[in-house]
Amino acid sequence: MVQRLRNSLTSTPTASAINAVGVVLVVAALVAAAIRIYQGGAGYFFQTIGFGLAQGAIFALVALGYTMVYGIIELINFAHGDVFTLGAFISLSLMPLLGLNEGQISGAALIIPLLVLFVVTMLVCALVNIGIERIAYRPLRHAPRLAPLITAIGMSALLEGVMNVWRGPSQLHYPDFLPEYQIPLGGGVTIAAKAATVIVIAVVLMVVLTLFVNRSKLGKAMRATAQDRDAAQLMGIDINRTIAATFFIGAALAGAGGIIYGLYYNSVSAFDGFTYGLYAFTAAVFGGIGNIPGAAIGGILIGIIYSISDGYFSVSWTQILVFAILIFVLVFRPTGLLGMRVPEK
Amino acid sequence: MKRVRALLRDNARNANAIAYTLMILGALLYPAVVQFATAGNGDYLVGLAADGGIYILMAIGLNVVVGFAGLLDLGYAAFFAIGSYTYALVASNHLGVTPLGHSLHVPFWIALFIGMFTAAGAGALLGAPTLRLRGDYLAIVTLGFGEIVPRLFKNAGIWTGGVPGIFALDVPTLPGWITGPWVNQPFGWVPDFRFTTDNLTAYYVLMIVLIAVVVVLVHNIYNSRLGRAWMAVREDETAAAATGVNTVSIKLLAFSIGAATSGFAGAFYGAKLSYVSSENFGFVVSVTVLAMVVLGGMGNIPGAMLGGGVLYFILFWFLPNAPAQVESLASAAGLGVLNQVNPNGWPGIAEEVSRSKYVIFGLILVGIMLLRPQGLLPSQVRKQELRHEEHEAIAAPRQLQG
Repeated sequence: MVQRLRNSLTSTPTASAINAVGVVLVVAALVAAAIRIYQGGAGYFFQTIGFGLAQGAIFALVALGYTMVYGIIELINFAHGDVFTLGAFISLSLMPLLGLNEGQISGAALIIPLLVLFVVTMLVCALVNIGIERIAYRPLRHAPRLAPLITAIGMSALLEGVMNVWRGPSQLHYPDFLPEYQIPLGGGVTIAAKAATVIVIAVVLMVVLTLFVNRSKLGKAMRATAQDRDAAQLMGIDINRTIAATFFIGAALAGAGGIIYGLYYNSVSAFDGFTYGLYAFTAAVFGGIGNIPGAAIGGILIGIIYSISDGYFSVSWTQILVFAILIFVLVFRPTGLLGMRVPEK
Repeated sequence: MKRVRALLRDNARNANAIAYTLMILGALLYPAVVQFATAGNGDYLVGLAADGGIYILMAIGLNVVVGFAGLLDLGYAAFFAIGSYTYALVASNHLGVTPLGHSLHVPFWIALFIGMFTAAGAGALLGAPTLRLRGDYLAIVTLGFGEIVPRLFKNAGIWTGGVPGIFALDVPTLPGWITGPWVNQPFGWVPDFRFTTDNLTAYYVLMIVLIAVVVVLVHNIYNSRLGRAWMAVREDETAAAATGVNTVSIKLLAFSIGAATSGFAGAFYGAKLSYVSSENFGFVVSVTVLAMVVLGGMGNIPGAMLGGGVLYFILFWFLPNAPAQVESLASAAGLGVLNQVNPNGWPGIAEEVSRSKYVIFGLILVGIMLLRPQGLLPSQVRKQELRHEEHEAIAAPRQLQG
């Protein structure tokens, strides 16, 4: 790491000047944050971190979809953020059908309807995403790279438009089912049960995904396709099916993320997904795009940075900070925290 | 006469020449036709066309970046914002309320170029460290930049007027102008003319002149050594570099020229509206301009202009008017029930139509890329290239096994 830093600092005069500016800015930001945190006291700090972890867990779920799709076909799926919102919208409409009415149901009776809600929503989102892949990306797989990127933006606008026509542009209330008490963690540190639930659900989903990609045959096919599509095809892997499966899994996670987002924030609007998707994409880039554990770690980090910025600095500068991180990472370390340096294809 | 005939014969089958001719004729006749058709109440429509010209200018500029050099810029509105805010700062009383304490009133004609060069500078500043990134990473950097800039203007407090923005910007002035029946005045010469909302035809004429100048400039650049270098970089960056093209500076120039056009349009926008606010420069503006370029035909100047005109007409004239039209249509067809607002969800057909703007956006982008990737008025060069790609796709077997 130090060696790499030294190399990057001494390569060319302009590059080293740019990198020096970057290092100075990052150090300055960290020092400023440390001072504010020290002044704020421990209780407030742990509260902020709990909030950041919950938010980061949702970012991570969405980031996984970006990173998997990018890993396999090198496409930034702009529609992914909107599939995430679609998950919130679909679950919102399904809730009355499953008897999930706010204030009428609580405790253990929630578990089975919520489980059904998760499964159905994830399935619908996954099918929508497969449809998007089939219509907008597959026919353009051999076209210039710009083409699928533009259809991705188009699909994003289309999904936002459909949700806007469906439920209108205003903020919708999302029912609140999660417990409201604080869980003591010892030493006077507590975490909100709401945040803990969100983190647990997200971690379970991510563990299942990791096991699937590492252990199952389809997961192996995905890794092979991501490495070398032609060679994978020669080994008898059905490329189209594997890519469709990637979109399926990514969207299922995004759909689950949409439900968790709704349950946690209790409000959702048709246009949330675009900005939220960009945060998640930042997380994926931060962790190293194409890298599954990287996306999870990047999501958690962005979530914590987000909540520290919200909690200790100004809410209105948080978005600027996150996008600045995005540009920073791409300029100084395009491979992210965990990514490998790969040759350009 | 003979030369005219030869010119006609040579260009009769040239789509671009026809498009230019039609656009010139349309631009010249438009105010007269509109005023005649609305019996002298067409000022609104003429002003709308002047605003559309701003988008056409941006489409021409983005076409340089996306169409000529093949760099996807998703934060194009940022340069538009920079141009507008620069104009607002140097041509209003606003700097007087900032800690500087002295307001500037640079004349419009100079401020226009200050806005342009500031945007170009911002483009170079952003491009210098990022243009070595590959295509889609560059798209993301520009997207992030496009999200940051309006928020910076919003958060910069007293310097940019914060959320409400900056008001009462200076309007363009000229030593003189012709008035006539189109503004309900007798023919005559007005000395020391000030462009105001009472005379939108003047804005329209100014816009047409600016577009014409920009088109000539961009057209000449495209046909120069620089234009060929852009094409080379777009087609194969490695090969271009190997043949001696300095790819980084070439890309930086494309980026800056695109930014400059956007800043130029932004300065005009500020002057025309006499007001800037950070709300007017969101991602939707960048996507609109991108959709215009894609719709018209990437890499072709008249194509981008045509796409700009068509999409502007759809988004800013057709769609805002569509709800009322659909409503009256529904009543006339005996479906008045559709117009009623149902508290359980149905917001009335007019509201639904006005909400469908993004659906139309999406359909245009996806539909064009799938059905006619070369656009309405394609560039001949890019058309060949896309056809070539198709052959390649067919030649490559999709599936090897059974």
